[in-house]
Amino acid sequence: MELVCPAGSLPALHAAVDAGADTVYTGLKDATNARHFAGLNFTPDRLAEGIAYAHGKGRRVLMAINTYAQPDTWSQWTAAVDQAAGLGVDGVIIADAGVLGYAADHYPDLPRHLSVQASATSPEALAFYRQQFGIRRAVLPRVLSLAQVTRLAEDTDVELEVFGFGSLCIMAEGRCLLSSYATGESPNTAGACSPAAYVRWEDQPDGGLETRLNGVLIDRFGPGERAGYPTLCKGRFQVGDRMGHILEEPTSLNTLELLPDLRNAGIAAIKLEGRQRSPAYVAQVTAIWRAAIDACIANRDSYQLREQWQAALSRLSEGSQTTLGAYHRPWQ
Amino acid sequence: MPESPKLALGPCQYFWPRAEVERFYAEVAESPVDIVYLGETVCAKRRELRPEDWLALARELANAGKEVVLSTLTLIEARSEMGVVRRLCDNGEFMVEANDMAAVQLLHERGLPFITGPSVNIYNAATLARYHSLGLRRWVMPVELDRDALVAILAGTELPDLETEVLAHGRLPLAWSARCFTARYHDLPKDQCGLRCIEAPEGLAVHTREGERFLTINGIQTQSGHICNLLPAWRELVDAGADILRLSPLPTGTAARLEAVREAFRGNDAALAAINAQQPETCNGYWYGQPGMTRLDTNR
Repeated sequence: MELVCPAGSLPALHAAVDAGADTVYTGLKDATNARHFAGLNFTPDRLAEGIAYAHGKGRRVLMAINTYAQPDTWSQWTAAVDQAAGLGVDGVIIADAGVLGYAADHYPDLPRHLSVQASATSPEALAFYRQQFGIRRAVLPRVLSLAQVTRLAEDTDVELEVFGFGSLCIMAEGRCLLSSYATGESPNTAGACSPAAYVRWEDQPDGGLETRLNGVLIDRFGPGERAGYPTLCKGRFQVGDRMGHILEEPTSLNTLELLPDLRNAGIAAIKLEGRQRSPAYVAQVTAIWRAAIDACIANRDSYQLREQWQAALSRLSEGSQTTLGAYHRPWQ
Repeated sequence: MPESPKLALGPCQYFWPRAEVERFYAEVAESPVDIVYLGETVCAKRRELRPEDWLALARELANAGKEVVLSTLTLIEARSEMGVVRRLCDNGEFMVEANDMAAVQLLHERGLPFITGPSVNIYNAATLARYHSLGLRRWVMPVELDRDALVAILAGTELPDLETEVLAHGRLPLAWSARCFTARYHDLPKDQCGLRCIEAPEGLAVHTREGERFLTINGIQTQSGHICNLLPAWRELVDAGADILRLSPLPTGTAARLEAVREAFRGNDAALAAINAQQPETCNGYWYGQPGMTRLDTNR
């Protein structure tokens, strides 16, 4: 089972490799990838350094080119594919069919992974991308239960990668326009959800705090209440006579306890979310998952979740809470 | 004066009792709509009408002179759901609107021409041309794209046998989830939801904590709070390349709106203007390259 770790910078890439990542995924400093944040990601030169470092240690580097290319900037996406090939990455992670076609036509030997942003949830959808674009692997959306993941793995010959840990999209990836509804920019078009440029934190006279996204009130916190980033789906809103987290509470996905099940299902790789996180975070999370995967591979029947792993992951999580998300029955 | 576009009624996003569905489509059969999309696209558990019932309804509408298209489920999570999609793709009579790549694959495998709904991500000319080569004959533009993108995509493809459809009126489908927000609102587990969506014929309104209407929850789907209304700008849509304008079903006023839009196509805008005037809270931002929730006053 391959451990695929995030790197939003060269120090984070070093941290991931040093902590035991098999593969590190990266992106360029532009809208061609789904973590298009200020100060994040790689210039081609920095990425070349990172690739040399990872390859020197026998690890792989992937480049995410996983937003949807738009007509006026189409050449930015093809340029990203050209750069990935030129830099010698070990694969590209793509969602857009047009970009996939470009990569398959121009660089047939460059492995293509279907991004989670393509939202392929069935053997038929996976067969489509394999037949049309020769994808080697697909990253599954975080909307499927463990039983559904297991069945899908039985029904497809495409290698599957699933999310193990990190921020949780509750919406099917690539099919969520909430962010552009409020701000004009979405993960699909701009590579960002609830972008920071539209965020306002407003102190209240009572010592509380309001968070807004492009003027829309996302949440209101009392004095001393822990305030979170105003990601749209994690805000508190009113429906009928109820007020609260009507879509989702701030929480992180953590599937550490499902590791043996995922391995039994034949899942090829576990992905950790968090290219926007610090090198220290990447190092800690990678090290825990490395230890867990090693323990699971060494002896799957006696795999035991260590409490210190879970405690450490909880501390690193949004709102210090974790969930099994859709993998877990209560969501289904 | 642009040529009149065709008028389409999209699949109903909401869950209505069977009798209400029958009443609604009986009215639609009498309305001046050209194309009617039928089927459950949001939640596989909504079975007031089964695939056979939708087919029977499709035949009635076809007999009334409508072009009928069967629409598939958008978010597919289980084998059983694929079974329903397969039955629709194998119906043998009507064109199918694929709302997921799984349906595209099935239709392509069968050598059938197909239509893609707004949740199939076609954001550029390369994607549109590729899907066209696989049998795509009509696409509904993703709702977050703007006028300039549409013009550029069509200029980059120039496919004479491809129709373009734009959602011109209705709540925007914004997101799809593993979670059911209606069940969550009622404090019910998703697998014992009691089909409570049936109590909310236009979904559940979501307001911010200062009372602003923001979103709508509709089972696993999240919609815009405001209705997107591009009808006042219908000539612009046609100029940009829309061959077909889509209205999304609402429990009231749909037939009257179809009638008014048809009149507007004939040059008589009064009825449409009157209907639009009754609907203050609308949005149209996406079309103009703005946040989707924005409303720009750009009428003619």
